[in-house]
Amino acid sequence: MKEFSGKVLFLDRSDINTDEIIPAKYLTEITKEALKPYLLEDLSLAGFNTKEDIKDKAVLVTRANFGCGSSREHAPWAFEVNGINVVIAESFARIFRQNMYNCGMFAIELPKDKIEYLFENFAGKETSITIDIDKEKIIVTSSDQSEEIDFKVGEFDKTLVKEGGWVGYADKNY
Amino acid sequence: MGKTIAEKIFDAHRVNMPFPDTHVLKLDRVFCHEITTPIAITDLMARGMDRVFDPTKIKAVIDHVTPAKDSKTAEQGKILRDWAKRHDIKDFFDIGRNGVCHAIFPEKGFVRPGYTVIMGDSHTCTHGAFGAFAAGVGTTDLEVGIFKGVCAFHFPKTIKFVLNGTLKPGVYAKDLILFIIKELTVNGATNMVIEFTGPVIDAMSMESRMTLCNMAIEAGGTCGICYPDMTTVEYLWEFIKDEFSTREDALREYSKWISDADASYEKVYEYDVTNLEPMVTFGFKPDQVKTVNEMADTKIDQVYIGSCTNGRIEDLRIAASILKDKKISDDVRAIVSPATPAIYSMALKEGLIEIFQNAGFCVTNPTCGACLGMSNGVLANGEACASTTNRNFNGRMGKGGTVHLMSPSTAAASAIVGKITNSQFYKA
Repeated sequence: MKEFSGKVLFLDRSDINTDEIIPAKYLTEITKEALKPYLLEDLSLAGFNTKEDIKDKAVLVTRANFGCGSSREHAPWAFEVNGINVVIAESFARIFRQNMYNCGMFAIELPKDKIEYLFENFAGKETSITIDIDKEKIIVTSSDQSEEIDFKVGEFDKTLVKEGGWVGYADKNY
Repeated sequence: MGKTIAEKIFDAHRVNMPFPDTHVLKLDRVFCHEITTPIAITDLMARGMDRVFDPTKIKAVIDHVTPAKDSKTAEQGKILRDWAKRHDIKDFFDIGRNGVCHAIFPEKGFVRPGYTVIMGDSHTCTHGAFGAFAAGVGTTDLEVGIFKGVCAFHFPKTIKFVLNGTLKPGVYAKDLILFIIKELTVNGATNMVIEFTGPVIDAMSMESRMTLCNMAIEAGGTCGICYPDMTTVEYLWEFIKDEFSTREDALREYSKWISDADASYEKVYEYDVTNLEPMVTFGFKPDQVKTVNEMADTKIDQVYIGSCTNGRIEDLRIAASILKDKKISDDVRAIVSPATPAIYSMALKEGLIEIFQNAGFCVTNPTCGACLGMSNGVLANGEACASTTNRNFNGRMGKGGTVHLMSPSTAAASAIVGKITNSQFYKA
């Protein structure tokens, strides 16, 4: 199982698409590692500094319809090689969400008010998040605050996270 | 309670349900291209599992960057080519025989009503035009599809569009789907199948239905679906004539892939589209849609006619009919990319290529190229493109560029004046 704990990157925008996460011109790479320098290179978001803001982050918190557009699994891979194995959002595009779980990564949906709460109370501070997969809890911590937020993960998704992805599971079961 | 077409296809293909709401389906087709497949291939090799479930059900094409533009794209093509050869995948379309995946695979008769289809490409929803369940997937789903012939889905709810009336001259499937995406918004159909029904769809060619279904993903949809009818049978007839004694027999068989009248829907939208106007996008999301009239006089630098949305013969005929004996504006450059070699040949025989060239268009080989800013027409910073493609994301056709999505008719008319404009076929 991958690591699901660490510093949080907040991206305060809906509809962030996979072209913004990893532009098509880098799809000619044939290793996941080669995508590392290009994560979120084309993100259009005021105040976002690609190089500085991604550094040392392990969890992304963002808004609705994250990962829309192209089916490219290069998007989850670009997060993975940068050490980000968890995205928490109000909602996801179907293919991106499935790609995350297929890679044994977390795409966690929270209701809009919970996402709003995270942005209001934690964005702009140094914040860490740990995912407790068995208790289905998100533990959020900043220097002056600590909270636990419940989340739901389906049985299939949980199995993919625990077994490290769909290829291994499918090989054993089909 | 009756069933939707998607429910019927799921029922006919379900291998098992290992978990609640997890439907593992048997696949009739796994389509592959050189951008998302090579990493699946190298991963299978690294795991010592370099196998394919059935080489006759896997179809592969080099289409995104072709001919290769550099060493990296050459390597991607090579990995796909070597793999197709190694596993005896007969339907592999290499340089010279290759076209845009969602145009060439239907053209070869590979998609049939009731099929399950996956591909590592979000516009796989195009193939729903044949009454199939066709979904874009990532490389891991593709990889499992290649070696096991299965894919897992949560059950998609269905929304239905009933489209009444008649489209006016100069208004096309592209205008209709842009209008629908505007109504649904970019995630209005997430995790759902979109059924397109009604007299407007009944009157549409397969090419137009593909244009419509192609953009279901732009509203978040898993698949766009049209019911199979005699138009579907006619399109497929040369491929299925040995299976059926008459077209009516084929239609009878395919009619089982139509939703029941009492099927349950998440939502039903009903519109009379008789007064629909030509539509165009602004901004960086495909639901940012206005009428061409509202956007008239927006300056453009490039015109692009092609792609899996609008690079088929019908599209080229419409564009050429507008460009005949005309020249494009001195202030624009224009590119047309017939989506497959067969379309290219037809366009050549019908004199369309000559019309495009005389008008000042560059005619490229079939490729996805410019649509996603990979080759053959990348925009410079600050430039705008009038494009028949499917995505207007920030930087999609080149960093700092803007894309206005529109029909081939509007694109051709816009090329002549150098600004977004309605074609002469549309009378308000």
